[in-house]
Amino acid sequence: MYSKNARGASERKSNTHNKLGNLRYSYKRHIKEKLIEMLLLLAAFFSVLITFAIIYMLVKESIVFFQQVSVWEFLTSTQWTPLFDDAHYGILPLVSGTVVSSAVALLVALPLGTIIAIYLSEFASFTVREIAKPFLELLGGIPTIVYGYFALLFVTPLLQMIFPNLPGFSLLSAGLVMGIMIIPYVSSMTEDAMRSVPMHLREGSYAMGATRLQTAIKVVMPAAFSGIAAAYILGISRAVGETMVVAIAAGMQPNLTWNPMEQAATITAYIVQVSLGDLPHGSIGYQTIFAAGLTLLLITLIFNILGHLLRKRYREMY
Amino acid sequence: MVKNNIVETGTDHTSSSEYKSVVKNLNFYYGDFQALKAIDMVLHEKQVTALIGPSGCGKSTFLRCFNRMHDLYPGNRYEGSIILYPDNENILSPDIDPIEVRMRISMVFQKPNPFPKSIYENVAYGLKVRGVRQRAMLDEKVEDALRNAALWDEVKDRLNDLAFNLSGGQQQRLCIARALATDPEILLFDEPTSALDPIATASIEELIADLKTKVTILIVTHNMQQAARVSDYTAYMYLGQLIEFDFTDTIFIKPKNKQTEDYITGRFG
Amino acid sequence: MNDAKKLERLRVIIARHKRWDLIFLIAGILALMIALLTFMALFIQMVIDGAPRLSWEFFTSFPSRRAESAGILSAWVGTTLVMLVTAVSAVPLGIAAGVYLEEYAPKNFFTELIEINVTNLAGVPSIIYGLLALGLFVYQLGLGQSILAAGLTLALLILPIVIVATREAIRSIPIAIREGSYALGATKWETVADHLLPYSAPGILTGVIIGLARAIGETAPIITIGALTFIAFLPASPIKSEFPFISFEWLSAPFTVMPIQMFNWVSRPEEEFQFNAAAAGLILVVMTLTMNALAIYLRYRMRQKIKW
Repeated sequence: MYSKNARGASERKSNTHNKLGNLRYSYKRHIKEKLIEMLLLLAAFFSVLITFAIIYMLVKESIVFFQQVSVWEFLTSTQWTPLFDDAHYGILPLVSGTVVSSAVALLVALPLGTIIAIYLSEFASFTVREIAKPFLELLGGIPTIVYGYFALLFVTPLLQMIFPNLPGFSLLSAGLVMGIMIIPYVSSMTEDAMRSVPMHLREGSYAMGATRLQTAIKVVMPAAFSGIAAAYILGISRAVGETMVVAIAAGMQPNLTWNPMEQAATITAYIVQVSLGDLPHGSIGYQTIFAAGLTLLLITLIFNILGHLLRKRYREMY
Repeated sequence: MVKNNIVETGTDHTSSSEYKSVVKNLNFYYGDFQALKAIDMVLHEKQVTALIGPSGCGKSTFLRCFNRMHDLYPGNRYEGSIILYPDNENILSPDIDPIEVRMRISMVFQKPNPFPKSIYENVAYGLKVRGVRQRAMLDEKVEDALRNAALWDEVKDRLNDLAFNLSGGQQQRLCIARALATDPEILLFDEPTSALDPIATASIEELIADLKTKVTILIVTHNMQQAARVSDYTAYMYLGQLIEFDFTDTIFIKPKNKQTEDYITGRFG
Repeated sequence: MNDAKKLERLRVIIARHKRWDLIFLIAGILALMIALLTFMALFIQMVIDGAPRLSWEFFTSFPSRRAESAGILSAWVGTTLVMLVTAVSAVPLGIAAGVYLEEYAPKNFFTELIEINVTNLAGVPSIIYGLLALGLFVYQLGLGQSILAAGLTLALLILPIVIVATREAIRSIPIAIREGSYALGATKWETVADHLLPYSAPGILTGVIIGLARAIGETAPIITIGALTFIAFLPASPIKSEFPFISFEWLSAPFTVMPIQMFNWVSRPEEEFQFNAAAAGLILVVMTLTMNALAIYLRYRMRQKIKW
């Protein structure tokens, strides 16, 4: 009896010992958990660092640039010739090239993207949708340099058959191809927004005797308004920031024009042009691309924030 | 069975004027699944008919046959007929345009589903879909519909507000106004009060009682008391079949079928 | 009679509406066709111009002043090595950030800031990343126009894609899986490492492949960091015959990549170089399409197999 009790006691003892051991172990575990969490947080924070680094770099070099060139000249001068002896630093010619090429692109991408989205979301059968959506996604995955090649060597000659006066480089040709390139982004986001409209709203409209088109335009699109607006804004932001298509097919000469039939450099094309040359680090030519980049970033930032706010709103609606 | 007697008289064309609609041997399939089995029933002109039964019995499916809502989804199939009077036409027939059916037979849904538009635009929607453009006519019809839906006094000063800002009960009355604005021949209600609180429910029920002077009503409800309160005729459905159809009083006081009695008395379902 | 007239009018209106419906249906199909036909034109044009240039020599030759003997050896080796750097740096970082945001992050201002930031980064034009890399990697950190600098640049570019894919994949795992793991006494990290990451692996992989497909085709940021376009040699081999057998010398080597090589050829005035550009473009398109198709297929399989 006695010995049995003793064994019982020692078992109890070892039990408590084990428990203590467990406690100590879980303390260690706690440290490890915290450490991992810190590491993960650092990784997440890294993305914020990237943003700061981008802003820091662009602003730092731009400040040096604006010490030599007045902001007034930058915004109002109508010539952009930083690499000439008679240097002018007016961003307007680059902005006009960007605006015209983007406008042409959006005139293609927004209507076609919207029509495709309405078709896929409200008209197409399940099978058509399941085939067309991945196909459009594939189109969106083609490298932009390939689209640039296509614009220069296929679309431009084709357009020259219709407009014999069209030069070898033109905003029209680059803009058209850019528009086709952006269609998948616009259509897939618009379609997502439209499909997130609950079915009972559509049924309400159909029950009133509305057709598919009436339901799509009068009920589904207003309900998906902010999502569709966000899709458009992302399309705009992509058109403005697109580089290779315009660098290849729209030419690299700054040209203050609103005519898509002319050639003109965009902000992005100018950065490419300078990068292709061999400008010394720290020269004013080197700094111009950062000033141009800052302009571009500000333009896209405005659109991106607007898009983000709109997307957030439509997520909250349903 | 009583339902057969009623249908028999229903098929008699000399007396068909008192029927708004006659359902004959209706079968409905979701793909391979048969959701409705050989249903025979009638809708009496300017009366309220209620469909009751446990969930999944097919009552909503049956209701949605009347405005061909099932045509919206692939794989759905109807057999048999729903004859609409006075036209004496089968609205399930493939040569009948579902859009025309929906313009003549309105529907109010389970969950209030106002469109993301103003109160006015919601009510005017059906009229605009029909091509009505004159502002004066729209104004008049919208006001009539809102009055008939007992909503006019609450919203007359804010017709341009977004419909989402209304309470749940008001939204449902707005949906009723939307359905009424087009002068439908039949009004379908699919559990119209299931998403509403008791006070809003009472006002909707009152409204349904008032509306039957103007329009034939078919209502699906999961609530037997509601059926007893608002309807003149009641049909009990179970597993896609119509078990019993008769005057509401008869169904609730002395049902002829054992299954109906079990359900009514709460022994089942 | 009045009713019959009304019905007649109704039918006229319905017919008109249905006509518009039909017109739109045709417009929708046409719009889709425009996208399809453009792609066909693009692909066929490249095949006609480029296919004759595709030969074994094209893959094993350096670029040359003579179009007919030029090849893409240094370009595809460069692309492979740059992608290696990109994947090794972006994937762990992106997954870690995604896990933090989805599983750990408290709901506060700071988290909101990170989230807005990630969305924003995804919308920053790629050439801006190039400017960042030019200032930071090339000059400030002194990495020069190296494989390392290019790989890191593209890593920054695809980081948001990996983060978003990770978050979406983890989010789709039902809460019951987490509770089951916690109920067995697992810690948060154990739950993440033993359950959430393995189950979301296909989704994350899909995002990684889409990100890398994007990086392979990116031209602008690489041009911006000033990568040379005429490279007629290969970087030092990463494998050595003597101890310690591996070498990281290649990281600091100058390089060229496929899209840069293609750009170089496109901008030549001589027509023969356009054929080279078409051939390089064809390879590039086939590569990115294959990767994207793989990602789409993976996602499709995932939807078929896993039904939470």
